[in-house]
Amino acid sequence: MAKTLFYFIVFPGFLFTALVGLLVSWIDRKVTARVQWRVGPPLLQPLYDFVKLLGKETIVPQAGAKLTFLLSPLFGLAAVTIVSTLLWLVMISPKVTFLGDLIVVIYLLAIPSICVIIGGFASGNPLASLGASREMKMVLAYELPFILAIFTPVIQAQGAIRLGDLLQYQWANSIFLNSWSGLIAFVVAIICMQAKLALVPFDIPEAETEIIAGPYIEYSGVPLALYKLTRWMMLFVVPMFLVIMFMGGIVFSGWHILWGILKYVLLLVIIILMRNTNPRLRIDQAIKFFWGPMTILAVVGVILAFLGL
Amino acid sequence: MAKTIIPIGPYHPLQEEPEFFKLIVEGEKVLGLEIELGYNHRGIEKIAESKSYDQVLFLVERICGICSTSHPFASVNAVEDLADIKVPERALYIRSIIGELERLHSHLLWLGLAGHFIGYNTVWMWAWRYREPVLDIFEKITGNRQHYAMMKVGGVRRDIESDDIPQIWKMVDELLPILDMFKGAVMDDPVIHARLKGVGILTKEDVFEYGALGPTARASGVAIDVRKDDPYAAYPLVDWQVITQEEGDVFAKAVVRILEMYETIKIIKGCLDKLKVVGGEIDAKVKEIPPGEGIGRHEAPRGEVFHYVRSDGSNRPVRYKVRAPSYMNVPTNQKAVVGGTVSDATITLAAVDPCYCCTERMAVVDRKTGKKKLTGQDLIKLSQEKTLRIKREMGRIRG
Repeated sequence: MAKTLFYFIVFPGFLFTALVGLLVSWIDRKVTARVQWRVGPPLLQPLYDFVKLLGKETIVPQAGAKLTFLLSPLFGLAAVTIVSTLLWLVMISPKVTFLGDLIVVIYLLAIPSICVIIGGFASGNPLASLGASREMKMVLAYELPFILAIFTPVIQAQGAIRLGDLLQYQWANSIFLNSWSGLIAFVVAIICMQAKLALVPFDIPEAETEIIAGPYIEYSGVPLALYKLTRWMMLFVVPMFLVIMFMGGIVFSGWHILWGILKYVLLLVIIILMRNTNPRLRIDQAIKFFWGPMTILAVVGVILAFLGL
Repeated sequence: MAKTIIPIGPYHPLQEEPEFFKLIVEGEKVLGLEIELGYNHRGIEKIAESKSYDQVLFLVERICGICSTSHPFASVNAVEDLADIKVPERALYIRSIIGELERLHSHLLWLGLAGHFIGYNTVWMWAWRYREPVLDIFEKITGNRQHYAMMKVGGVRRDIESDDIPQIWKMVDELLPILDMFKGAVMDDPVIHARLKGVGILTKEDVFEYGALGPTARASGVAIDVRKDDPYAAYPLVDWQVITQEEGDVFAKAVVRILEMYETIKIIKGCLDKLKVVGGEIDAKVKEIPPGEGIGRHEAPRGEVFHYVRSDGSNRPVRYKVRAPSYMNVPTNQKAVVGGTVSDATITLAAVDPCYCCTERMAVVDRKTGKKKLTGQDLIKLSQEKTLRIKREMGRIRG
């Protein structure tokens, strides 16, 4: 029992993910700043931001549904924590997990977005509702190609739906990225990941210059801090999920750890590059993009996987 | 679906100035737009009546921070029209150089902001970085990065030394490859095409109907430019083209501004060439302003600035009137924004490069109900009464 609690609260659960999330968000901000000829924030800036927000007054809008409004950030944070714990436990000892944990992870990864939607609608602000409805459309748009892309490795591994089995399959044979179907699915998954993280060009739900942060507009103080933390942790957890699914995860022995971290950094670089070299799409364009080219590409990946390519 | 109101303003990250656009939306679709100005009225026209002609130039310079030489430029044109002053040729070239350098930095500023509004923050930061050398040149030749105070009735306040000419030349030469880069980044980027093409279209008819000016009109195929239509300063003396685009969408407005920067550099170079050979005075040393009235126009980065001045022979104007281009351009959003989506509304609103502090008009509002006390008709009536009163005071009509 104590061990489980330790897993969830300290390592590899909440504390660890939160700290890495803070670090990763700093890297994101720093690199973005350097790309844009700015100096960028100091290393501890995300922590300062978080602590400062914790000390601020929490304002609940009168028109809002109080309980839903305050609880939704908590659920989002809990979901990310659980995903992170599962992923790391799987990598450390692939045999401990349960059957179907892959499906649980996919579900849990959708929960932060759903919390944003619920929180946005609960705040009773028209801009937040608009942002929440955009978020809802985005979830509907990117989940289909994302799940199809995740199915590709599953098919390659003869229907294994345990993360541990998928990892061991990759360690025994070769990583899924090494095949055509895997490559296609990986590209689709990266783009869907950008949408899941709500970064440019898919930061449509919270478009600052259009609807002023959308669903987050009424949040302040502790709930806003939790949302921010969730976002930073997602920036760590979602790429980690792709590393496990397509790149063989991190092997905990000697220099393999460094190699595993490099895989994550590669994905982080792609994310940062994408977000700095694109303008924001419009919601209808994003939906067309995900249901059109992305879904077709993902289906091609699935078919190729069935053909064993 | 129910109609909701999406407020853009009075305080909104889209604009750095207070203004209020009320978007009436159904889902994402914009059904109507109400424009409310008047949050920042400063009564500059009234203040101008209590300043001498030299002080008025400093005052109107502070109407706007970005096009801060456009207003004095139009103002000296107005006073010179009134007093029929012949400005020395060298001063004309210096005026044009200052005006065009301003256009350069203003268009770069807009380009950056436009990038920011569609979420492309890298373009924002880069455009503003490459705007810095222009401001540095301004500091070098006028002493200020903004508010250059170069204009003077009858000439200019400072000369451009021959030592400064190579520096300006070098700066614009170094800016050319940067412009090529922005041109490529905007005109060849498929995502920017997807975001801006066919968005916020303003047809030629709309331009005439609303009296749109500057790049907003030129992007709809109306080749209207005061520098060509009513030549002043050194613009007729150097070779350059008016840039137009036919589409009238936001993309065309961006293209017009980018291509205009090339023409601007052409004008600057032409004027610098002439400065090397044209010597002489830079000031006509005006002593007195006779009674009468005059108008002055200048093609500001955003369109035509119009100044009207009336003198009774004293050292200060009796009436001063300013019309900035945004006053004509902002209402075109009624056509451009309505029918589009909320996502497009912001970039369309920004595409006319609005400058609200230039445009502010007074509104009398009941504090309790928020309703306007005076309608347009009332204001016209008040204005007519005032004109009648002035005419009586000046002895034009009796009774």
